[in-house]
Order: sequence, then structure tokens, then C-alpha cells
Amino acid sequence: MLSRRILVGALSATLALGAAPSAFAQDGETYIPLISKGFQHQFWQAVKQGADQAAEEFGVRITFEGPDNETMVDRQIDMLAAALANNPAAIGFAALDSQAAIPLLKQAADAGIPVIAFDSGVESDIPATTATTDNVAAASLAADKMAELIGGAGKVAVVAHDQTSRTGIDRRDGFLNQIASAYPDIEVVSVQYGAGDQLQSTEVAKAILTANPDLDGMFGTNEGSAIGVVNAVREMGSEGITVIGYDSGKAQTDAIRDGLMAGAITQNPVGIGYETVKAAIAAINGEELPAIIDTGFYYYDQSNIDDDEIQAVLYD
Amino acid sequence: MTSTTVDAPKSALSRIIATGTHQRVLAFASLIVLLIGFSIASPNFMQMSNMIAILQATSVNGVLAVAVTLVIITGGIDLSVGTMMTFCAVITGVVLTYAGMPLLLGVVAAIATGALAGSLSGTFVAKMKIPPFIATLGMMLILKGLSLVISGTRPIYFNDTPGFSEISRGSLIGNLIPALPIPNGVLILFMVAALTAYILNRTVLGRYCFALGSNEESVRLSGVNTDRWKIAIYALAGAIVGIAGLLIASRLNSAQPALGLGYELEAIAAVVIGGTSLSGGRGSILGSLIGALIMAVLTNGLRVLSVAQEWQTVVTGAIIILAVYADMMRRKKPN
Repeated sequence: MLSRRILVGALSATLALGAAPSAFAQDGETYIPLISKGFQHQFWQAVKQGADQAAEEFGVRITFEGPDNETMVDRQIDMLAAALANNPAAIGFAALDSQAAIPLLKQAADAGIPVIAFDSGVESDIPATTATTDNVAAASLAADKMAELIGGAGKVAVVAHDQTSRTGIDRRDGFLNQIASAYPDIEVVSVQYGAGDQLQSTEVAKAILTANPDLDGMFGTNEGSAIGVVNAVREMGSEGITVIGYDSGKAQTDAIRDGLMAGAITQNPVGIGYETVKAAIAAINGEELPAIIDTGFYYYDQSNIDDDEIQAVLYD
Repeated sequence: MTSTTVDAPKSALSRIIATGTHQRVLAFASLIVLLIGFSIASPNFMQMSNMIAILQATSVNGVLAVAVTLVIITGGIDLSVGTMMTFCAVITGVVLTYAGMPLLLGVVAAIATGALAGSLSGTFVAKMKIPPFIATLGMMLILKGLSLVISGTRPIYFNDTPGFSEISRGSLIGNLIPALPIPNGVLILFMVAALTAYILNRTVLGRYCFALGSNEESVRLSGVNTDRWKIAIYALAGAIVGIAGLLIASRLNSAQPALGLGYELEAIAAVVIGGTSLSGGRGSILGSLIGALIMAVLTNGLRVLSVAQEWQTVVTGAIIILAVYADMMRRKKPN
């Protein structure tokens, strides 16, 4: 039958095509699949770029996959299962939901395949290490920059994204502790939460500005919080407020270029990818790894926003 | 149209054999070709653990495909199956985790919620005459929103109901034959498919399902209460979606409230690859099952071959078009 021949032929052609680029696991080749939380987003593409760099540098083969969006927990599990079928030397994994992945991670552990967590931790003792941003250190850098910009004395406030998540707690406390220990003349007048939602954070920040007309600076702990602070300052027409943000995104980079925001902390997604692959190789070789590998972060402002090093880690 | 269109009820047996047999053979042949092709291309593909991973990956999409097949045969479409699945999972989470009720009640709640939501869609379509595409698009968004509202946008975990994860992850077959640890989720998929195929081919409900898709007006003129049957079919589809909700929640040991969008399109793709016509009146559960398997084999195989993710998506899209084209070519020929 003609149609069947067409279909069969086309399917085989597809397979041949698919098999061509990098299909066969060569003997002795070290294969490390990375299962990420996402794929097409700028942040994850930057992670992939770092992983590719490390793969080339250390002569290993990697693949990088992630579900279309961060809700597809089951798709990520399927990706992990397919990755395990290829007898990888190690696996890099950024869990969307730690609990859902535990059975497969156990399977990897039983097979002696080291697991390297990246971006966010896996709530389990299976991963050999976690390559992630040291949020405490990053937020304490934000505190230093704030102190520098307001002249080491004055009143500041924090709009955080939440009080329960690891990143929320670490960024808030990293900032507060640094102010408390290094800058006795700076008073933190308020810490409020806006759920990382731009609108909610705007309302929260406006309330803080209303209550503290003599405020000198505000720190927003993630993209939504930071944009909320900028909106509040703009809507209230407040002047002389030093705003420091976190992460990037078009609204935030625009605010920095326009001078509404003094600067922001950005994570280093390229470093996350690079360190994940590097740690995987160390784990394969049986080396001891620290519980957490800090992948680094940068402070950027008008002066360096267009530098190559910064542009590489910013996303719109 | 040739003999494949079911106009008048023939004997049940002849219909089972005649309806879409060729497309199923074609789809089945493609499945085999894919399996053989991938096995040759990668030594890691044809392993027991990977075959089980493929079946496990098929289970949720397969059950959704079975559900949406029913609606498509009536000439309708159901875009709400993905988020309805999530909604049923969230309701199960509320019943089991928040209310601490026994496991069985959680299972009943998922299926009943699905049936209720499905009958609501059916009512919009049958009584209010809203086109199925629009009615179920609305339901898709309503159910997505409600899932987020009820769960407080946080996953609901089933840690307090130890048996729950066994629904999908456990293996009754594996307990009997340790060499064959096929998860229960896969068993449930095949049971749901068999039961639905029986309903579709051997019961009055199934007969009206085909008849509504072939010529609704003539069915109505012959004195049948078409609205009632249509609502019943949407409700049955909803109940099956409820089972998919149980499977995914059990597999993830949690109800993930934001999940679900996009799953309806994959289910519809599986149905179409399996030879069910989007214009209604023609289709089979076995075809949809094979369609879902093809999608899972393709996705898994391309991953095992380490094809870049961008290209995986391209190839999957091409296969869908190819499969439907092959079906059309076949039906053009007087066979």
C-alpha cells in the first residue's frame, strides 16, 4: 500500500536524521545529561551555555533538556527517566518538585550515578552537591551597595517576595544581617512581603513610603518585588530614594538605564551550568564535593550594564 | 465515504472489525517501525526499564486520549481535559490531605468531580448550543482558575495517605512476576481503554456516540433525546479524566495546581494519530491508545538518541501531520 510505504519510509528517514548528529554513545565517552526546570527561557539558555562551555573544556558530552514551563512536573520526570536509560556517568537535575522525583533519584543512586542538583536544591541527601547562587552573600552585597549609595547612614526598607521560600529567607536575612553587623548608622524601618507580584509589591512599597517620608533606600528581593518598589517610587513621586533590585527582566533593566533604580544583583546562570558539569565530573572521579557550590553573582548599574560580562547574564 | 463510516448500526462485531481497522493497522505498523528504528539507533533504547518508562509516560496522556476520543466521535472537541485532570487531582488532595478522609473516598471524589465537570460541559454544548470548542475552552480556564483558588496555588502533597502513590507507582504485576515491574498506572490505562472500548462498541451509549457524530439531525428526528445522550457522553469522558487526575497525582505524590495546560493538545494529537476523525462519527479507542504510545515512544526515543530538544519538537509535529496525511491517502482509495 502506497500510503503505508510513505509513512514507513518517512519514519525511517526521520530516525536516520535524528540518529545522525550525536546519537551513539561512544565507548569511553563521558555522558552527562542535565534536566533543567525550563528550556526556552533566557535564564535557562544561559545555564545551557555555561554547561556547553564546561563540556567542551573537559571533553564530556552533555545534553540539556527542560519542560516547556515550570508547571510540567510529570514531563520533567519523564525526561529524567529517559536520561537514566542512557546509562549516564552523572546527572544534573534542577527539581521542579523534589518529592515527585525521589523514586527516580533513588534509582540513580542505586545505580551509582551521581546526581548534581543545580539552581535550587533537592530536598534529599541523594545529590552529591548543589550548584546555586549564594543568596545570603548576594543580598549582603546589596546591603553594602545600599550603604555606599546612601552614605553609610539613614533609613532603609525591604520589600521581600515571601517569608517561607529558601530564596526569600536567604535574601532578606542576607541583607538585614549585613546592615546590622556592618552599618550601625543605618536603620531598617520596615520589612514587608509582596509575594513577588508586581502589583502587590507596589502597594506594599507605597505603604512603606507613606509611613516613612524620610526613607533613604529600598531593596526589592526579586524581579517582581524590585519592579513594585520602582512603581511605588514613580507613582508617589518620591525623590532621593535609592532602589536596589534583584535579577533582571526588561522592566528592571529599563529602570536602571532611566536612573529610577540604582542597581541590582544578578545571578550567574552561565556559572550555574558550568559549575554543574564541573561538579559532575568531580563526582564521577570520586572527589569530595562541598554541600553547596556558589556559582557567583554580580552587581550591575548604569556604569556596567552594557559590559559583555553583565549582558551575558541578564535576560529580558 | 466508504464502508468505514458508520451510518446505520450493523452487528456489533462487524463494526468493531470494520471501523478504522486499516488506520489502526497503519498506526500499529508505525509504532513497530519506531520501536525497531530506535532499537537499532541506540542500544540503550530497548531495555526493560526504558520500556516501562515509556509506558509510564503514556499512562496519563493515554487515559486523556481515551476520554477525548469519546467527545471527538460525537463531532465535538474537549479542550478542558488537561485542566480538568488537574482540578480532579486538587479535589482529591482536598479530600485526602485537607479533610483526612480514607483513600477510597479520594478515588470516588476524583471520578465524581470529573463526571460532574464533564456533564457541565455537555450541558453547555447540548442545551445551551455553545460550540464545543468555545464551551470547553471556557471550562478549561474555569477549572484552571478553580484549581489555583482551591489549592491556594500551592501543591497539595499526599504524604499522609501512604497508599495513594501506589495507585500509579506500585506494581501488582511486579509483585506476581518480579521480572515485569509494570506500574499500576499502566494497568489502569489498559483497563480504562478496554472498558471504554466495550462501552463504545457494545452499548447503546456507544452506538449513539457514533450516530451523533455521523448525523445528529437524523438521530434527533428519529425521536431520540440527543441532548441527554450527549451530556452522558461528556460526563463519561469527564469521569475518565478524573481517573487521569488520580494517575498524575499519584505519580507525583502531589496535586500540582498549575499543571494541565497543553495536555489537551497532546491528547488530541494522540487521538488523531490513532485515526479518529475530527469531523466525528469515526474512531476507535485502540487507535487512540496506539496514538498515545507512538507519541511517548517518539518523545522517549528522540531523548535517548540525544536529539536536541528544539528538533524533538519539530519531529513530533511532522509526525502528526504525516500520520493524518497517511490516513487521508488511505481513505481516498476505494479499498
